[in-house]
Amino acid sequence: MSSILELKNLSFVYGLKTPFEKKAVDNVSLTINRGEFIGVIGHTGSGKSTLVQMLNGLIKPTDGQVLFDGEDIWKNPKDIRKIRFKVGMVFQYPEYQLFEETVYKDIAFGPLNMGKNADEIDNAVRRAAEFTGLGLNLLQKSPFELSGGEKRRAAIAGVIAMDPEVLVLDEPTAGLDPVGRDVLLSQIVQYHKNRSNTVILVSHSMEDIARVADKIIVMNKSHLVMFDKTREVFSRGRDLEKIGLRVPQVTKIMLELKEQGFELPDSVLTVDEAFSALSDLLKKEGKIW
Amino acid sequence: MDFISLENVVFSYNEEPDAPKALDSVSLDIKKGEFVALLGHNGCGKSTVAKHLNAMLLPDSGKVFVDGDDTCDEEKTYEIRKKVGLVLQNPDNQLVASIVEEDVAFGPENLGIDPKEIRKRVDYALKAVGMYDFRENAPYKLSGGQKQRVAIAGILAMFPECIVLDEPTAMLDPNGREEVMSTLVKLNREKNITIVLITHFMDEAVLADRVVVMDSGKILTQGTPYDVFSQIELLKKHRLDVPQATELAYKLRGCGVKFDRLPLNAQECVKMLREVLK
Amino acid sequence: MVRDVAFGQYFSGKSFIHRLDPRAKILLLIAFLVIIFCAFNYFSLLIVTIFTVLCVAFSGVSPKFYFKSLKVIVFIVIITSVLNLFYGTGEPLWQWSIFKITANGINRALFVTVRIICLIIASSCLTFTTSPTELTDAIERLMKPLNKIHFPVHEIAMMMSLALRFVPTLLEETDKIMAAQKARGADMDSGNLVKRAKALIPILIPLFVSAFRRAYDIATAMECRCYRGGSGRTKMKTVHMSMRDGAACILTTLMIIGVIVCNLIFTAVI
Repeated sequence: MSSILELKNLSFVYGLKTPFEKKAVDNVSLTINRGEFIGVIGHTGSGKSTLVQMLNGLIKPTDGQVLFDGEDIWKNPKDIRKIRFKVGMVFQYPEYQLFEETVYKDIAFGPLNMGKNADEIDNAVRRAAEFTGLGLNLLQKSPFELSGGEKRRAAIAGVIAMDPEVLVLDEPTAGLDPVGRDVLLSQIVQYHKNRSNTVILVSHSMEDIARVADKIIVMNKSHLVMFDKTREVFSRGRDLEKIGLRVPQVTKIMLELKEQGFELPDSVLTVDEAFSALSDLLKKEGKIW
Repeated sequence: MDFISLENVVFSYNEEPDAPKALDSVSLDIKKGEFVALLGHNGCGKSTVAKHLNAMLLPDSGKVFVDGDDTCDEEKTYEIRKKVGLVLQNPDNQLVASIVEEDVAFGPENLGIDPKEIRKRVDYALKAVGMYDFRENAPYKLSGGQKQRVAIAGILAMFPECIVLDEPTAMLDPNGREEVMSTLVKLNREKNITIVLITHFMDEAVLADRVVVMDSGKILTQGTPYDVFSQIELLKKHRLDVPQATELAYKLRGCGVKFDRLPLNAQECVKMLREVLK
Repeated sequence: MVRDVAFGQYFSGKSFIHRLDPRAKILLLIAFLVIIFCAFNYFSLLIVTIFTVLCVAFSGVSPKFYFKSLKVIVFIVIITSVLNLFYGTGEPLWQWSIFKITANGINRALFVTVRIICLIIASSCLTFTTSPTELTDAIERLMKPLNKIHFPVHEIAMMMSLALRFVPTLLEETDKIMAAQKARGADMDSGNLVKRAKALIPILIPLFVSAFRRAYDIATAMECRCYRGGSGRTKMKTVHMSMRDGAACILTTLMIIGVIVCNLIFTAVI
């Protein structure tokens, strides 16, 4: 696997050289490989939002480097705009950034800024709409006429339309109802599968992260505290609890049972996995057939 | 009669006769001191119910009574809003003053209460939600959970009998959600305030005395959290979440494991599984 | 970041000036602003300056924040004082082509600089020590007589206090929207004026949409909290003039008399 993003001793300090100086990200080094699905977890204020905004140059690190494809993204500060097309960023509540007359034009905003021609833009808009499950009949509507869930998808399509090599999503499912959450998450997974590019998902929902991520970045008080495979991270449930983070409910149940001496796997991420582990154990002991 | 009662309430946001109904003959009683959770998808009518409880919306047909008063009686509107306070989803958009304590005073000020009494009520309300130390802060410097607690204090200072909350935790992080939920439970247990909580989160609904599930403007099912979450097939059919603990136990029961009832949280589930595995 | 602007900033406290009646503070500030421009010689200017320093000292707010509020107008101060420097009348002390500096010019520059600084500091002193709500409340009370001619005093005060409450929220929102549009490749830092103005559209439209959405929510929230206009409303923080306000008035009056007396005794230098 080849690396796509490499962070080297990355730090960011807010209000540098003022009395309000505050370290948001402190000396973070890690490597993200092409095609990985990365989850980012941590408290509000742990530095995770600042961290992801440094990936596409929206925030300039006060120290350290971000390498994209082996090249420092700040090597030529005038070209920083180009990196934003390669590392697409979907913010929290992205529907609040919609502004065009039609959904079509809004999704086309990114590709247009890239300087693509009309045909390419049309192609990009349609593909992005398809990826996010927006009906083509909605494209000519005003974005302000859409329902809440549709607005959210239109806004995400606006970033996907730039066809970024890395897609960063900050809490994409916040405020949606369970169905909306489920559908959107499946679409992101589907997008990742089809495009086989890199996806970075910031979320407070451990259940969601457990379901989709290959690897997890855990931030706490501006430090990187864990960066490992999802299963490894959630098997350290107690360590996560120490910094005030939770594990999925089912993971917690299984970890506690294991601690009480039952023969169970290290880390269970979904209800189905827990069910098969428990039913295997029960069968072995002859309690069910 | 119960504290709040809805009798065959029909409501539509659109005036045309065959427009879809937001509420389709909803009847619901809420007792004094009860903690009721209202579940359902976006657009199922739960926010519409909330706005009927304090006369922000009036039924097209049917009746809503609050403490015996008909919400359609215009003379009683402010009496009803004083008794039933409504907290909205976005904490930023319901704080009206630039200083926390001045915001909390806004409600009592509207009621024309004596300044000294307002001061007492504001201090009481801020202490009740644990925000007294922040009374001189500016709202925009607070976290989401803190803002939402200030919003609750703003209602509390009107000395309501019931607080209705329309997805108060939807925009909060896990810590903020926990702060708000423990505040609500405390208000309900200690001050005997009736709580109607509208939410998407099952782990919040399990804290209630009664869960009401709505779908397309109708009440789908209701009962204690145990009763409601045992109906896993019904909930799944309507694509509602079930706590993972409940789902796991339900699946195990399907292949012959005996449980007296289904667990609602992790601790319960661990305890029950330990019994089975021993 | 836009939210660093010290606009309408308030520092809670219990200093002498904090505890003055906001109405008194507003009226005294107005009197002071008038008298600043009536200081025509060094002695009266000195009195005005001393009074300003006293304001800072009695406000209990760190001088650091006053400097911060001055930073914003440094440019204006420099421009106006330089202009005044060259516009003096009388014998030139120094001349180069059409530029000449006279004693009168130096005095003018000095006076205008000190006046602007005193003006900003005194106004900051009011906003630093008076919460926006107190301020709008005081304006509402001061303008109450206008109710008689059906001027909507309460409504205007309410609008002002809501606007002040939402300034920081909307500034924060502007930051977020800007970041989001930059992430879609919006270019806001280059191009000519027309291009730059156009680049603001993706920021302004979402900002307006969100402001309307907020306004709608606030209206609902206010109605839920039994708001029905100004009639029958009481206020938690009642204000009444006290000995303290009397002392402040006497002090200010003394300062005004001092300035006037100095003006009568000494000759004007500008």
